[in-house]
Amino acid sequence: MSAIIEVENLTKKFKDFTAVNGITFSVEQSDIFAFLGPNGAGKTTTIKMLTTLLKPTSGTIKINGFDPMIDKDAVRKSFGIVFQDPSLDDELTAWENMEFHGVLYHVPKELRRKRIDELLEIVELNDRRNNLVKQFSGGMKRRLEIARGLLHHPKVLFLDEPTIGLDPQTRNHLWQYVIDLNKEEGITVFLTTHYMEEAEKVARKIAIIDHGNIVAQGSAEVLREQTKSDSLENAFLALTGKAIRDEDASGIDAMRQRHRMWTKR
Amino acid sequence: MNVVYILWLRQLKRTFRSKSRVIGSLGQPLLFLFALGFGFGPIYAKANAGANYMDVIAPGVMAMGILFTAVFSGIEIIWDRQFGFLKETLVAPTSRMNIMIGRTLGGATIASIQGIIIFCFTFIAGFRPTSYMMLPVALLIVFLIAVLFTALGTAIASVLSDFQGFQLVMNFLVMPLFFLSGALFPLQNLPTVLAIIVRIDPLSYGVDGLRGALIPPAHLGLPLDLTVLGAITLLLLIIGSYLFSRIEA
Ligand SMILES: Nc1ncnc2c1ncn2[C@@H]1O[C@H](COP(=O)(O)OP(=O)(O)OP(=O)(O)O)[C@@H](O)[C@H]1O
Ligand SMILES: [Mg+2]
Repeated sequence: MSAIIEVENLTKKFKDFTAVNGITFSVEQSDIFAFLGPNGAGKTTTIKMLTTLLKPTSGTIKINGFDPMIDKDAVRKSFGIVFQDPSLDDELTAWENMEFHGVLYHVPKELRRKRIDELLEIVELNDRRNNLVKQFSGGMKRRLEIARGLLHHPKVLFLDEPTIGLDPQTRNHLWQYVIDLNKEEGITVFLTTHYMEEAEKVARKIAIIDHGNIVAQGSAEVLREQTKSDSLENAFLALTGKAIRDEDASGIDAMRQRHRMWTKR
Repeated sequence: MNVVYILWLRQLKRTFRSKSRVIGSLGQPLLFLFALGFGFGPIYAKANAGANYMDVIAPGVMAMGILFTAVFSGIEIIWDRQFGFLKETLVAPTSRMNIMIGRTLGGATIASIQGIIIFCFTFIAGFRPTSYMMLPVALLIVFLIAVLFTALGTAIASVLSDFQGFQLVMNFLVMPLFFLSGALFPLQNLPTVLAIIVRIDPLSYGVDGLRGALIPPAHLGLPLDLTVLGAITLLLLIIGSYLFSRIEA
């Protein structure tokens, strides 16, 4: 087994604010890797750098052997992504959004049409396929977004909080689908989530990031033992502290929080 | 090829689904056509031994409609960025050049249709081309103007991160491009300074080319018009692609 994602000393600074601070990790091929951390920890920023959307300040990245800054197209051919923020075209129908994506990713027509049907069925949007996306509820949009991300089967699938705003039924369905995809096609999955039970259930390896630093890595079991906790959630809290959420949040934390409120992304 | 087509199609679907946008963008050119066309008509005829002001303004408002629609289509990238859709196209395993071409052709098609619709309205206002043989050339010029300014819009949108700069672009770029192009006045006998400025404005060559094709002769000459339009279009496509390929999300 070789690493399909290799990250070394990756740093991203926005002006003088360090969002990601020299992180190093790797993900084995066909693994399911969870990247966990409090709000503003730097998860989305890391994913953006891995997916060619953002230029790192320093450090190296290899996705499927390619550098996202140099072999952009080779990297883009290697992954699929479900973004944390909305990225659908509201003026198109659900089906048109899927079709657009399929063409953009060069999925052959027959396979494309077949998968679109299949996926719209799974996220229960088949009867709404010809409605404009702007008429959808938040959860429906989210479901469509996920279906779209699964349309082409890449080597690596990035899922940035795919389950926010979804009901438990859909969440279960989704994770089952992802696990199957990983088993059957060996797709590597890189996910972030704030639901610890999901991470515990789905991921084989977990990295915990806080204030731009990776504070622990390993399987859920390892993290529980390391912190002498009875659940991943408690391990997470032990590792990342309760700052921001309790009264002795440090000045820095308060500043970060304010900073976050004023920056949209 | 498929990618270019789907991007082109998306642009068209979006536009024709919002009827208000299509109709809304016709308003201004038609207002100019009818108000100025009939308002200045009599004076212009008296001062120019019976010449028809419609011959000046009809090609002018066609160019105007194309200009505004094209720049707008190009600038739509800001919307896509704001609503997040841009990310979806930016991470796709497709060269950004193809994305740029698809978008530009889509915007240019819409702007060209706009130009043709306005052309039909100039008939109602009493405008008649000298010869219908030259209509294909007029169509070519319509399309060149459309591509040129869609590419310009795209290039600008690639460096603007939000709507704030948009007003600036409208007031300090698009409006001057329009008013200084000779869309509303003939290019003959201009004061020297204005004559020079007019020759810097790429839209002038579009307006002049349209006049050359519809009611010859052209003042600057059709060959020059076509060459300048073609060259600037190519240049803007290259610059636009470059700027577009550097977008971060
Ligand atoms: N474009 C930007 N300009 C300035 N600061 C930014 C920008 N993007 C992100 N940040 C900052 O970087 C930090 C990390 O943000 P990021 O989106 O990576 O967090 P996250 O771990 O994904 O959080 P969440 O769980 O809330 O999604 C935040 O403090 C954020 O304000
Ligand atoms: Mg995030």
